[in-house]
Amino acid sequence: MKRLDWFANPARFLKVARAVQPWAAGIALGLGAAGLYLGLVASPPDYQQGESVRIMYVHVPAAWMALFCYTMLAMASAVALIWKHPLADLAAKATAPVGAAFTFLALLTGSLWGKPMWGTWWVWDARLTSMLVLFFLYLGYIALNGAFDDPARGAKASAVLALVGFVNVPIIKFSVDWWNTLHQPASVLRAGGPAIHESMLAPLVLMALAFKAYYVWVVLIRIRAEIAAGKIRAARLRATGSAAL
Amino acid sequence: MKPFLAIVRRDVRLAFRQGTDTLMTLAFFVIAVVLFPFGVGPEPNVLARIGGGVVWVAALLASMLALERLFQTDYEDGGLELLALAPMPLQIVVLAKVLAHWLATGLPLAVVAPMLGVLMNVPPDVFPVLVAALLLGTPTLSLIGAIGAGLILGARRGGVLLALLVLPLFIPVLVFGVSAVEVAAQGFSPKASLLILGGLLLAALALGPWAAAAAIRQALE
Repeated sequence: MKRLDWFANPARFLKVARAVQPWAAGIALGLGAAGLYLGLVASPPDYQQGESVRIMYVHVPAAWMALFCYTMLAMASAVALIWKHPLADLAAKATAPVGAAFTFLALLTGSLWGKPMWGTWWVWDARLTSMLVLFFLYLGYIALNGAFDDPARGAKASAVLALVGFVNVPIIKFSVDWWNTLHQPASVLRAGGPAIHESMLAPLVLMALAFKAYYVWVVLIRIRAEIAAGKIRAARLRATGSAAL
Repeated sequence: MKPFLAIVRRDVRLAFRQGTDTLMTLAFFVIAVVLFPFGVGPEPNVLARIGGGVVWVAALLASMLALERLFQTDYEDGGLELLALAPMPLQIVVLAKVLAHWLATGLPLAVVAPMLGVLMNVPPDVFPVLVAALLLGTPTLSLIGAIGAGLILGARRGGVLLALLVLPLFIPVLVFGVSAVEVAAQGFSPKASLLILGGLLLAALALGPWAAAAAIRQALE
């Protein structure tokens, strides 16, 4: 907790954020470029799926990020609720749209991948369905966060919601798996198995790391923007207060 | 126990005296189900195939109607603050209000469900399973819904927001509720699904009131 306390000072946080941000940006762009090159140009096409396997290099890291962001959202919300850490609220608020965007990206690329592979844009596969539900959970969080006139109220209410959702995600995942096996046979299991050649693994890992760095980059920008917005709000209140006097 | 029962009695009495909550919920339930034959056509086979699921989805949506006002009226007239200040833990207050909400909406839904089963051509020997699944599932919906109802206190456009918050969380109940009915319709034992529904209810009973109480507390600050 000591280390978190240390960050509780916004001025200190801003200093660290300013130092970290260009590094995160550089890593995200550099690894992303390398990963895209390896994935789209240098790696071989799949023996079954052909060129369309290259969607994987965006799709799989995006799906990982969707879950990663929700975990971060729940952790930041827990820290905000338990220790009333002033920056945790902002971190949670900044994480939500990024996570929603990654979830949407995973759904979109999954749909684009599904068309050539399964012959349809959408199947009610257990994984797709639980990602869709995760997307709804993100939307609910964002909507609740913005639904109050007092931003502090929105932050607290949505923090409770994030934790409730976090407890529910495994239950939803389990029930969707059950539902899917009840309704249709496992017709969409992908070929390939756990073994993946290193020529495909390398761009996958690079893209995953690039997305993580991108997350750090964007969330830092968003938190800094939130802190600035808070300062503007306070200054405005002071200005109208002195004008009223 | 006495104040708990007092809150249950008061809320149930309020619900029945105003008459709108139970009546509206049931009317919505019936109309929503009746719309489906118009949508998919009146073939008995089609209706029998989707009947259980339609009844469940309609029950789920209907049980959401009165949810918005679960804490709202007490929040607006200040009664909720007094309840929060009472010596009884806020979790117990939540539990009492949820029980009253279920008695006024969930229980009538389960009672009416067989009639809609007839309209949807669900085989009559499945009715006991349908009612049992609804009796086990609707309290879970009320408990999860209470969390959402606490979170939207004081929010703009709370009703629509509430749907967005709690409907994704309702999915497990829907999955196992429908699977109980479908498995029974195919002639197998619905025991597994009913047991899981019971498990979901116990989990919601253990965790829901705490989350809802936390939601109410942050609204009252």
